[in-house]
Amino acid sequence: MYSEWVVSILLLIGGAFILIGSIGLIKMPDFFMRLHGPTKATTLGMAGVLIGAMVFFSNTQDGISVKELLITIFLLITAPISGYMLIKSAIHHKLKAKEGTKGLDNIEDD
Amino acid sequence: MRLESRFSWLPTPFRSGLLFVVWLLLNNSVSAGHLVLATVFAILIPLATFPFRVPQPLIIKPGLALKQLIIVLYDIITANLQVALLILGPTKKLRPAFVKVPLDLSHSMPITILASTVSLTPGTVSAEVYPIPESLPKGEKPKQRYLLIHVLDLNDEQELINTIKKRYEAPLKEIFQC
Repeated sequence: MYSEWVVSILLLIGGAFILIGSIGLIKMPDFFMRLHGPTKATTLGMAGVLIGAMVFFSNTQDGISVKELLITIFLLITAPISGYMLIKSAIHHKLKAKEGTKGLDNIEDD
Repeated sequence: MRLESRFSWLPTPFRSGLLFVVWLLLNNSVSAGHLVLATVFAILIPLATFPFRVPQPLIIKPGLALKQLIIVLYDIITANLQVALLILGPTKKLRPAFVKVPLDLSHSMPITILASTVSLTPGTVSAEVYPIPESLPKGEKPKQRYLLIHVLDLNDEQELINTIKKRYEAPLKEIFQC
């Protein structure tokens, strides 16, 4: 009974963070700023959902379930890498940054 | 920086440990059979794959590495909250910027870890490491490397550079001793 409460709260928190990350994706004015939502807000969101899954499966099946930790680890490893690939190709294609972005001269030609 | 392990039968201690843990997690059990199987895999797979891998620096201070991992996990949580607030707040007030952070690290593996940490922590995404190796004359080693990062809301450039260097880079230097 208590575990149901815990699972639903964790799912709600996780869902909220994923939603905020997606809102950031629409709301931000340029590509570089858009990248911040998916690389960060969603990691905590996924963590919330996965911890919820751990609690749920530990309660409904025999023994505790820790497989979900693996998903978290792989997410933490892959999220920055995919973000890096995206921003690298954006720089390569010379995408326009929002007006007023400081330090644009820090980008070197390649 | 040390590239070779002290024990020839255990060329990559950290990767072996990771394999051991991942095998147990995948099977979701700590029964004796799986413990033995995990140990066998953790020793045999690195031995089999080591000859054709590029040697990477080894973790010399595991205790410090664990402490740094906890710090980064804590920062990831605060980063998520901060970025969530920034996203929900007024977009016009944000001051995006590109910042160049000079690096003291020289090997590409610690730099990769640093770039990933920077991407996961408050308001910053790492974009590029300068100079790009292909742009240099062949065989020449870059003198000073820079990490280009994009900041969502920049307050003080020097302060940000100092934070990254002190909080994330200095421990990495210590962990890999390079």
